[in-house]
This record gives sequence, C-alpha cells and structure tokens, in this order.
Amino acid sequence: MIAAIDLRGVRKAFGEHQVLDGIDLLVEAGTIFALLGPNGAGKTTLINILSTLVSTDSGSAVVGGADVVSDPESVRGLIGVTGQSAAVDPVLTGDENLRMMGRLLGLSRREAGVRSRQILDQLGLSDAARRRAGVYSGGMRRRLDLALSLIVTSPIIFLDEPTTGLDVRSRRELWDIIRSLRTAGTTVFLTTQYLEEADELADRIGMLSGGRIIATGTPADLKAQTGVQMVELRGDSDVLLREVPTDGSLRGLRLAIDDLDAEFDDGEVTIRRPSLDDVFLTLTGPADTHTGAGAPRTERP
Amino acid sequence: MTTSLASRPSLPFATEEATFIARSLRHSVRNIDALIMAIVLPLLLMILFVFVFGGAIDETGGYVTYVVPGIILLCAGFGAASTAVDVANDMETGIIDRFRTMRIRSSAVLTGHVVASLVRNLIATGIVIAAAIGVGFRPIAGPADWFAAVAIVALYILAITYLFAAIGLASGSPEAANGYGFILLFLPYVSSAFVPVDTLPDWLRGFADNQPLTPIIETIRGLLTGTDLEHQPVLAIGWCAAILVASVAWGTVMFRRKAGRR
Repeated sequence: MIAAIDLRGVRKAFGEHQVLDGIDLLVEAGTIFALLGPNGAGKTTLINILSTLVSTDSGSAVVGGADVVSDPESVRGLIGVTGQSAAVDPVLTGDENLRMMGRLLGLSRREAGVRSRQILDQLGLSDAARRRAGVYSGGMRRRLDLALSLIVTSPIIFLDEPTTGLDVRSRRELWDIIRSLRTAGTTVFLTTQYLEEADELADRIGMLSGGRIIATGTPADLKAQTGVQMVELRGDSDVLLREVPTDGSLRGLRLAIDDLDAEFDDGEVTIRRPSLDDVFLTLTGPADTHTGAGAPRTERP
Repeated sequence: MTTSLASRPSLPFATEEATFIARSLRHSVRNIDALIMAIVLPLLLMILFVFVFGGAIDETGGYVTYVVPGIILLCAGFGAASTAVDVANDMETGIIDRFRTMRIRSSAVLTGHVVASLVRNLIATGIVIAAAIGVGFRPIAGPADWFAAVAIVALYILAITYLFAAIGLASGSPEAANGYGFILLFLPYVSSAFVPVDTLPDWLRGFADNQPLTPIIETIRGLLTGTDLEHQPVLAIGWCAAILVASVAWGTVMFRRKAGRR
C-alpha cells in the first residue's frame, strides 16, 4: 500500500484537555477515508493538524511525503481544505471568491475565470455566481466552500463534516462529487458524525473516540461487528426495555424476537438501523458507556 | 511507504499582494456606509467649524484657511479606522484559516487592507480639499509644496492605517475593533488642528504641543498656507515613521499570534 497520509503517535492537548491521545493511521493514496466520531472526539483537531493549522505535541504526521511540522509549505502545496465554518468571503460574489482562490493557487487570470464557471456549473451555483456569498443560504455557502477547494486539482483533499446541515438532496449531490474526486485520483480524508455517510462513501473508516482511533476497517468490517439492524422492545410510556443487534436476516430477526419473548411478557417491537451510538457502544464496551458516544462535549477548534 | 507527491510551486512575485489589494478595494467600494462616513463626516465637520464656530473663533472669516489642514487629518483618521474592523472581520470569519492552509504569504491580506485604505483615504482627502476650496480655502502652495503636502498626508494615512490594522488584530471582535478606533479619533481635537495650541490651558498645552498630530498638521499648514515650518516637517516625518515601524512590528507579532500555528 502506498500511503498518502501517515500518522504515528500524534498527540495534542489544549491546556488540561488531551484532545488527541496517540493517533496511528495510514490512508492509502487514491482512496476515500472517513474519520467517524461524535462531537468532541477530536476530528477537527486532527484535520487542523493535517492541514498545518495546528501543531502537534508529539508524534509525526506526514502528508503526501512531507512532514506537516518541518515542511508545512510543501504540505500546503498539496492539499485542499474545506473546514466546518464556511470560509468564504461574504462581500465577494461566488464567482469572485473562486477567481481569487484560483489566482492564489497559481492560475492565470483567464484560467481562473474559466475554471470558476466550470466549477459553479458543476456544483449548481451558476445562477448565484454574481450574487454576494453573504446572501447565500447555508447549503449554498457550503457548496461554494467546497468549490473553493476544488478549483484546482489537489492530490489530497480534507473535508471537515462536509454535509453537516445540508438537506438530503444536497447531501447526495455532494457525495457524488466526492466520489468523482476519487475517480480522478485524489485522496479524500473526510470527517463525519454519520455512520450512513461513512458507509456510503468511504473505502476505509476510522473510528475516533476520546482522542484515540478505536477501530479501523472497511464499512463491511465495522458493520459485521455491530449487526445491520437493531430490534428494540419498548414497554409502557415508551421506556426502552431491551435492544438486540441482528444480522438483518429473517432467521436473525426470529432469534432476536424469541430472545425478547423469553424475557419479557409484553411490549412494542420496532426494528431500526444501528446508529453511531450502537457502533460506539459495541466497540467501546459497556464500561465506556458514559464517556463514549453521545456524551456532549465541546469541539475544540 | 509514503508517496511523495509534487507540491504546487510558490506563486510568481507579488501575486498575493495584487490579489488581496484587488479584494480589499472591492470590499471598500461595497462597504457603502463606511465609504460615506469617511467622506461625509469630515465634510460636515468642516462646515460646522467654518460656518458655525468659525465666526466666533476668527471674526475676519480667515478661519477656513486655518482649519482645513486639521480637517484633512481628521478625514484620514476616520477612513483608516475602518481598517481595524475589516481586519477583525477577516480574523473572525475563518477565511484567514483557509489562506493559511494554502501555499501563500497569508500576511499579504494585511497589505491588501492597508493599500485599499490608502487609496480610499487619498480620494476622500481630495474631495475634502476640493470642498474646502469651494467654501473659501485659498492655499498659496506651488506644485512642489502640494506634492510634499500630499506625501505627508499619505505617510500619515499609511502609519495610522497600519496602527488600526494592528488594533484590529489585537481586538477580539469587529465590534471591539470599532470601539478602539474611536479613542484614537479624539486626538486631533487636542492638537493645533482647530485652535492654536497657545490658546489652550497650560495643562493641555504640554500634551498638544508634543503629540504627533500637531507637527503633522503644522507641516501641512505650512506647505499649503505658508505659515512657518521651522522643524515641524522633521518631527512630522519622525512621528509617522515611528508609528509605522511600531505598528508593523506590533501587527506582525499579533498576526503570528492570531494566525500562527496553535
């Protein structure tokens, strides 16, 4: 395997808070890697380290063959970044934002204009090209933000929760664009809170919890560990009595229901897809229930 | 193994500066409120001083000649103050973080704001001077005097803009940046801008005589209206240079702190 990103023992603390506690990770060139984790797991901090915004306390981080600490300039010449906060210029129009970025990425004035039109068209922003980015809707601003990191082809693209806050249709469109990046040979490193998104897009998933990678694998690997469906039994006033993971087959479902039947007299059965919480609970075990998924914590920049 | 990919080369000379100057000029043109403030407010002040207070200050009607150099500096100060807000805005919106992940000199963002402020304020100064001539300002300056006066005004705008840029970096938010700006705008009132320093009470005179604006105003007044220059130009240039150097140094430190690696 040829790695585009190679992390070894990366640690980072903000004050007392150990945000990243020894990250080891390899991302193969030309693939989509999804870093999955709840709020506060350290996803944004890791993206900020890889995109040279934040330094490491210890360990090494190599992006495209260049060390992010000792050779940040080379790393910056390789990457495109779309962060969580839409980093667009609200006073400039969509087209002007793109042209400016094109010029800063080494395009000539003419090339920047041509590329701007192409990418606006590709992301469905042509109609808004001459309007100021400040009046865009949240979804449009995110697409423009993405467009800004796509105006030139970068070997490696970082996307920090690219679809958070988007409606279903925009999310699907964005997924198609991200897949087309891989087709063009770009390595995509994205973070997400949604299991479904990681499942849909990623060649490999890394699960981040409490500043550590607690599992890596293909989506199929991870799902094999959690089951693909959860059977819930709820009692009076919707109190969850028990939930059982199943493999989604008829036989599995019957076994699960038999299991519940033996234990409880009555209740309402529902079947749902496993959530991120389920995956984390499975992986971290019951002992970590209170510190794992779902615990609200503030995401550090 | 890790693959070594080909990094984008550095940009041709001054591409960042050209790009960011164009950006800041667009911002200036589109921020209509600030633009109008920068031109209309000094005009109103000039009308106020010439026609409302002017008669009481100098009954012969010659006050317009005295006050215009002060109004010019006041105008430059107003226009430059919005640079603090522009810079604080950039720091807050996250666009600076995007620039920092790119292979560019991101500090050129500041150059963009400073040059745009210079252009903006020189135009505003031109309008104020034209209006002053309209209300009876009669400078006796030759071409060389005019050139020297404009050069001093430009140097002052540059110095004070850099100071406001550093204030914008140092303040936590655009709102705070706006507040700090106003403190500095009171300086012209305690200088020789509107009344001769001799007329001030003793305890103010010491400050007014030795603060930076007085020699700058006296230099412009001397060049345009022929009052005695004495050593004022040297002091004026010295003050501007000192403010510029200190502000650039402060701004550089603040930029590293705000937009350096955390």
